[in-house]
Amino acid sequence: MAVGIIGYGAHIPRRRIKVEEIAKVWGADAPSYKRGLELREKSVPGLDEDTITLSVEAARNALLRAGIDAREIGCIYVGSESHPYAVKPSGATVAEAIGATPDCHCADFEFACKAGSEGMFVAHGLVKAGLVKYGMGIGADTSQGAPGDALEYSAAAGAAAFIMGSDEERLLATIDETHSFMTDTPDFWRREHQYYPMHGGRFTGEPAYFRTVTGAVKAILEKSNLQPADFKYAVFHQPNGKFPVRVGKMLGFQREQIDTGRLVPTLGNTYSGSSPLGLTAVLDVADPGDRVLMCSYGSGAGSDAFILTVKERIREARDRAPQTRWLLDENIRYVEYGEYAKLRRKIRLAE
Amino acid sequence: MPPARSWRSYPQTYRLEAGRCTSCGAVYFPPRLICSQCKGREFETFSMKRTGKVLTHTVIRTPSAAFAGDAPFAVAIVEMDDGVRLTTQVVDADFEEIRIGLPVKLEFRRVYSEGDAGVINYGYKAVPVRS
Ligand SMILES: [Zn+2]
Repeated sequence: MAVGIIGYGAHIPRRRIKVEEIAKVWGADAPSYKRGLELREKSVPGLDEDTITLSVEAARNALLRAGIDAREIGCIYVGSESHPYAVKPSGATVAEAIGATPDCHCADFEFACKAGSEGMFVAHGLVKAGLVKYGMGIGADTSQGAPGDALEYSAAAGAAAFIMGSDEERLLATIDETHSFMTDTPDFWRREHQYYPMHGGRFTGEPAYFRTVTGAVKAILEKSNLQPADFKYAVFHQPNGKFPVRVGKMLGFQREQIDTGRLVPTLGNTYSGSSPLGLTAVLDVADPGDRVLMCSYGSGAGSDAFILTVKERIREARDRAPQTRWLLDENIRYVEYGEYAKLRRKIRLAE
Repeated sequence: MPPARSWRSYPQTYRLEAGRCTSCGAVYFPPRLICSQCKGREFETFSMKRTGKVLTHTVIRTPSAAFAGDAPFAVAIVEMDDGVRLTTQVVDADFEEIRIGLPVKLEFRRVYSEGDAGVINYGYKAVPVRS
């Protein structure tokens, strides 16, 4: 039985801030940040947007493409490191808003930036096991970096939702293989009650991101007996513009395979939404028969890798909801640092 | 607003559930028990399409305490494609951009929250249709 994606949807807040605008405030050198991170601007959520609202909009877009009754969704998982509540599931509100309650299994996932792919992984597994007819996995974040920290230039907001199913006539892409690679690697963390995360600086590179992503991808290629050249597209977690290109090169992938799903230069790092949003941009343009590799990365540290094959129905389903590149390139408005600081609640107001 | 009160309105605030009179077809949002057109008492529930257009609009600069942090903000009466009219904030738009007849769609947003510790109330707000 083939199992895979029967619906997918993206959502990105409308506001953007440019690297220059952040660098100006902290007396930093914008050109060197832009070169170093290969990043020009990032998305900024409004005061009324959070992981739940972005998830709902992405989920609604996924439902439009799937064309199913939301009540048939048997599980919903929202992966994020910015759930609005410490205690109260994001997924319950998302399920209620799209009309998937009450016969639905639901949990929120956390694993730094790979929480979204975890939801996809588990939803796919439950469909494959026959426990649910359809399952939804969502990656969403409204991430924060401490003011002036390198992370402030990249921490962004966005969401991607995927509905997994096994109806032959509904499949947009089959999931042919999965693999997870995970170790205890302290490269990035946030303790309870702390507002901003901490990171291990350069330690986040070689022993963390590169070791984990290459570990997952080498294993899934070996399991499936495929080579990098067998793929039309490859989507890697993208904390900045450089890492996905470099890890791709290490693994034998070419720039043309990576660029379609590499949204980070104008989106920023959407954390749990990062590689899932990259996959939505690939599905927006892929042809039936194209093979796609996606590999997430979450600090702490782990990667979930997926191999997909695009199906014929992608042609009719993709135009039923806004395409990711449109959300990213067309529907935008720039803000200055002052408005950004207000929107990200970096200004302390009178009680 | 106590959590129980906003919870009771989830079908409308989350899913735009309206009632359609089964005898004369009149649509009500929020749903009613008795049809004001034909006095009918049977309704079918359906989720409205999320699109409509601005009928009239204004800018609120001195809001009630619950919305103090949002001011100034735009409010409009929107005529939904399913026929009903509702009042909602218009967001992600410059005030000059909002005009009578502007096509909008309702997105899921935070509407207000009870301080930093209370429940967060979600619902709909209008954004201009740009695609
Ligand atoms: Zn009637």
